[in-house]
Amino acid sequence: MTEEEKAHSYEREQVVQIINSVISKVENTGGARLSIFKELKDLQRIIDEARSEIGATRPTDIKGKHIPTATDELDAVVEATAEATGKIMDSCEVIQDKVAGTDAEAAVTEEVMKVYEACSFQDITGQRITKVVSTLKTIEDKVDRLVEVLGNKLPVDTHHSEEGDAEEEDTRVGDERLLNGPQMAEDAISQDEIDKLLASFD
Amino acid sequence: MAVDKNMNVLIVDDYNTMLRIIKNLLKQLGFNNVDEATDGSMALEKVKKKPYGLIISDWNMEPMTGLEFLKQVRGSSESYKDTPFIMVTAESKTENVVMAKQAGVNNYIVKPFNAETLKTKISAVIGDF
Repeated sequence: MTEEEKAHSYEREQVVQIINSVISKVENTGGARLSIFKELKDLQRIIDEARSEIGATRPTDIKGKHIPTATDELDAVVEATAEATGKIMDSCEVIQDKVAGTDAEAAVTEEVMKVYEACSFQDITGQRITKVVSTLKTIEDKVDRLVEVLGNKLPVDTHHSEEGDAEEEDTRVGDERLLNGPQMAEDAISQDEIDKLLASFD
Repeated sequence: MAVDKNMNVLIVDDYNTMLRIIKNLLKQLGFNNVDEATDGSMALEKVKKKPYGLIISDWNMEPMTGLEFLKQVRGSSESYKDTPFIMVTAESKTENVVMAKQAGVNNYIVKPFNAETLKTKISAVIGDF
């Protein structure tokens, strides 16, 4: 915890102490300031409810799960497009070699150049995705800061077991539950494995 | 003066795709002596070892950006003070162009670009070919 964070933490604790002190004093006045007491109680209830609601949204999942998943997916997009454009350009070079010295060379080369130009999309999309990843990391930092500020005052989400915290409950049903889009390489099974699996049913 | 297409050309970009695109376009334009670097610091090492008649560089690279590379090239030695330097980048704000110009860039191409644009800009800095 930085000095600045310690200072903020101290201020928060100080505020809580003051509120508790005021409540205590008001309680001891024998009801003379019951309306103030009621206001403070209401305020306390609102703060508790806010904490409960924030806790129920499981903000730590944003840092621990959602953002890393999103950035991994985006990195995979960049990697896949780079690989694909590499293969396209490999083929272009082969085509150019094949037509070198023939009557078709000039015409084919002109078209191949257009393919090269079009391949520059990979550079542009890569840079745009990098910007999105950067934005996601900023959101992650902000949420992290919010969780830090709230500290251990966030209530534990009792709807999820400790193990369940890592995995959000999948509420989808039927076929929809099977649709998860392209998988990351480490989570996917290969065509060979699929073939073996299918063959195992025979 | 006729353009020497055998001159050494250095292209700098952190995306392998873009390096290959520019290299192939240059090849079609008749420039075959093309070296590559993936960031400014690698490019700087190359210019210290070999004379280049044309440098084509991206801007947004790490650890050394194209702008920093340009500044270092211009300040490195008398021999690189006037070397044609074209910035090829997705950075398309006015202040970027102004800053590059102030650092000594000779021309500026915004990505995505086509072969015709590349040829026109190269001609503008080294002469018609």
